[in-house]
Amino acid sequence: MSDFEHASVVLCPAGPMLLRGKHEILDADGKVHRTVRPVSAVCMCGRSAIKPWCDGTHRLLSAGARDDEPTG
Amino acid sequence: MLPKSRGTLSAAVFTALQSGATADLVPAPESEEDAQVTLWALYELHYRGFDEVDPDLEWDPDLLRLRRGLERSFETELRRRWDASPLREAGELTDLIDGHDGPSLARFVQRKADREQVLEILRHRSLYHLKEADPTSWVVPRLDTRVKAPLMEILFDEYGDGDPNRLHHHLFRRGLEAAGLRTDHACYVDEAPVEVLALNNALSLFGLHRRLRGAALGHFAAFEATSSIPSRQLAQGLRRLEFPDEMAAYYDEHVEADSVHEQVALRDVCGAFLEENPSERDTVHLGAFTCLDLEARYAHAMLTQWGVS
Ligand code: FES
Repeated sequence: MSDFEHASVVLCPAGPMLLRGKHEILDADGKVHRTVRPVSAVCMCGRSAIKPWCDGTHRLLSAGARDDEPTG
Repeated sequence: MLPKSRGTLSAAVFTALQSGATADLVPAPESEEDAQVTLWALYELHYRGFDEVDPDLEWDPDLLRLRRGLERSFETELRRRWDASPLREAGELTDLIDGHDGPSLARFVQRKADREQVLEILRHRSLYHLKEADPTSWVVPRLDTRVKAPLMEILFDEYGDGDPNRLHHHLFRRGLEAAGLRTDHACYVDEAPVEVLALNNALSLFGLHRRLRGAALGHFAAFEATSSIPSRQLAQGLRRLEFPDEMAAYYDEHVEADSVHEQVALRDVCGAFLEENPSERDTVHLGAFTCLDLEARYAHAMLTQWGVS
């Protein structure tokens, strides 16, 4: 039986980069951020308010800057 | 404590739960609310139970028969709504989620809600947030390897990554406490409108039936995929109203965590599940739609009650 594909770095189309496992990320200001979850999402669109992490803002960009998310 | 009854059926069932005389119950609710509160209490036997109810009644055949009757009507209604939705035409799960439109409570909290309105929402939400992820955990043993692993990856994070202080129920409880609210399990059930009971019951219905595991996964993915941005709006609203930081911190955590969970739930959980079980597509979409639809009904009910929409 073959193993399953299980990448530790995953680029999501029009979304963040997923990192599996422990990492330390050096941001543009020289500050180090440690991952605390089994998987972390690093912002790739540049618009997150909690960089280096993704906060879902990329969805608004791809949905034409819509600000009317359905639930909450 | 058992909830207050909301009609003849719930009154009869709650009496029977305390006496143990369950033989003659007939699933004929007086109203939607009567049905939902009864179903909620019957499901609760499988979570934390009630002090005044014999734990053995969890598997009482008469109660299970009654529950089955209520579940059948509920599922029929959920399927009727799904059948009537234009979102049935959506190709991918993400198209369905992006295509759904409904009123947003989070945006209202962010910009306009007053303190009392936010406290009311928090009391309603406590019904779910104090057992967040628990209904989805029923699904785990019903999945194959490739789907089970990523689902556990997310659930582990929901349960605090091994640290009880980061467990999401605990974060919410700390927020409630700091906001001056009660923190015991389901203590605000009597305040919950029928829409909130239905939200919670749908999760248990999908979670407890292996046949509906696809709907549980679809529901989970839709919930996670529509959480980050509203969580940020809620955190902003809480700070605008000067709620204690513990409450806003709960939503901050969800901005970050659910950005991850969304990706994993859509791609690795639902994507893999559908690849392995292509015939489950409609069930997965039913679950996602039900999540969005029931949330929208709750938002609509509250905004109408407050005269906002
Ligand atoms: S990639 Fe998600 S906010 Fe930037």
